[in-house]
Amino acid sequence: MVFFVSSCGKKEGSTVTGKLKVGLVFDVGGRGDKSFNDAAYRGLEKARQELGIEFEYIEPGPGADREAALRQFANRSDISVIFGIGFIFTDEITKMAVEYPDKKFACVDYTVDTSKTLPPNLVAIEFKEEEGSFLVGAIAGYLTKSNKVGFVGGMESPLIKKFQVSYEAGVKHANPNCQILIGYAGVTGDAFKNPGKGKELAMGQYSDGVDIIYHASGVTGLGVFEAAREMKKFAIGVDSDQNDEAPGIVITSMIKVVDVSVYDIIKEVKDGTFKGGRVETFGLKSKGVDYVYSDKNKNMIPDEVRTKVEAIRKEIIEGKITIPVK
Amino acid sequence: MQELPMDEILDIAFLLQTLRITIPYLLPSVGAVFSEKGGVINIALEGILLAGAFCTAVGTFYTGNVLLGIVCGVSAGVLIAYIHSIITITFKANQIVSGIALNIFALGITKFFCKILFNSSSNSARIEGLETLNLPFNPFLLLCIIILAISYITIYRTKFGLRLRAAGENPEAADSLGINVNRIRYAGVLISGALAGLGGAWLAFEQHSFTDGMSAGRGYIALAAMIIGKWNPLGAAAACLLFGFAESFTLQFQNSGIPTQFIQMLPYVLTIIVLAGFIGKANPPAADGIPFEKKD
Repeated sequence: MVFFVSSCGKKEGSTVTGKLKVGLVFDVGGRGDKSFNDAAYRGLEKARQELGIEFEYIEPGPGADREAALRQFANRSDISVIFGIGFIFTDEITKMAVEYPDKKFACVDYTVDTSKTLPPNLVAIEFKEEEGSFLVGAIAGYLTKSNKVGFVGGMESPLIKKFQVSYEAGVKHANPNCQILIGYAGVTGDAFKNPGKGKELAMGQYSDGVDIIYHASGVTGLGVFEAAREMKKFAIGVDSDQNDEAPGIVITSMIKVVDVSVYDIIKEVKDGTFKGGRVETFGLKSKGVDYVYSDKNKNMIPDEVRTKVEAIRKEIIEGKITIPVK
Repeated sequence: MQELPMDEILDIAFLLQTLRITIPYLLPSVGAVFSEKGGVINIALEGILLAGAFCTAVGTFYTGNVLLGIVCGVSAGVLIAYIHSIITITFKANQIVSGIALNIFALGITKFFCKILFNSSSNSARIEGLETLNLPFNPFLLLCIIILAISYITIYRTKFGLRLRAAGENPEAADSLGINVNRIRYAGVLISGALAGLGGAWLAFEQHSFTDGMSAGRGYIALAAMIIGKWNPLGAAAACLLFGFAESFTLQFQNSGIPTQFIQMLPYVLTIIVLAGFIGKANPPAADGIPFEKKD
């Protein structure tokens, strides 16, 4: 497996020395997931164009050793910043940060454990997915015609549970009588890259009368869109604006500005303001999470729903609504 | 009484889901029967499924034609089966080792070309596919039934089938009757490659793209189904249907309040029970896995 990991490392940009070089290891779904990983890639691209950095990335294969991928970058003298994309890196990247104190590390979706202190060279990037999920839940609750909505999760894990529980709370907030069906693609990381299973889960829910499904499942979610396309139902995307994957079917997407977070950290390093050992939180307030309302999808969200959802947004920011996370 | 139609719809949805999940087990499983009846263990089916899916995705993406995509997928399956044949039949190498090597090879080479063609080692671009099995009368399902029928007839009712079985049961006797054992074995393995490649095409069309490692152990399950089905295409098909049913069950009953981990365990428990309890002794063809050495 190590052979595969090393063979798919990819060089980008010129090899002029002296430039800041970033190494990034993707989450399970890999590039082309049109979601989480592609968002991180956009951050890299933006940093290359605007900050003139260089980068390399690795897409670990199924069951591949993530630690080996991180270590491969950490051992390189030309790479000074290393990103792990996804909660699945939490333990490995903490270990690496301790082992390589002169390198800088950042982890998107890091699972913060308040009883432990972060290494001084590691930034934990955390998103308040529950706030965004609550909002798209409310949209689903307002828009459902069958009073039945669905949720498809990738790997059954605390992070994805957070999406599910807050989404359910949002649905119930908008529509207390709405029924919610839940499905998970599996209990391992590979559950984020199983579109076939995502499609079957979604088709099952749609044939049970569900008309809108929110997915938090990486590439698996592309299967949810296929099911929606075939059964002429609706879906809600996650992490990136997924409207282009199935126009007219994706009502909105719960977006996390993973690209901004990656770009920001690289900029800090470039400017010499990088400070590790901290948790960087992105929420509704800072527009770190949001739902998509653009020219492409606003015809699917009626004005009255928009108004109501915006009112909920205000209440969340003001702390008037408490959102459950587990 | 008003509830009834709803239940009926649910049942049909469940049945169709079972069939959709069964197809990518069934095709390689029936293929495996051809290969093993002739005396060659083809564990490379897993890699053939994967390569079939990849080449179908690539073929469909570049030609925009679903049928040409299928041709690419099946060709890839035949090609890998041909390599397996050369290694195991002509050069008489260990069949398991060759199969595992080809599986790892398929995993790597699909990722490699995915990276070159789609700039991602994980996912291909979206392709058009066949319409999914939403109705009982779907051309792909019909094709599977026809393949199953033809396979049964071929193996048990034709001269070729008789020779194939002879090559797997008693190659020396077959040889003494003037049958070219190795050529017959090649045919068996190539058929298994074509069928598994077709199974890969179904996988790619179902999800409208290629994802690395998307065969996800289906080739091995297909082999297990063939053993449960006692090296008979109809038995193998029944076993595949059982796996499809169990998997569909796990998908449908996630909302029942039973912990999902427990439900997801059920197909495997079912497999063990069926294997240990109901099938009895499964006898492979006598010369299965043994290279044929012609004695002059």
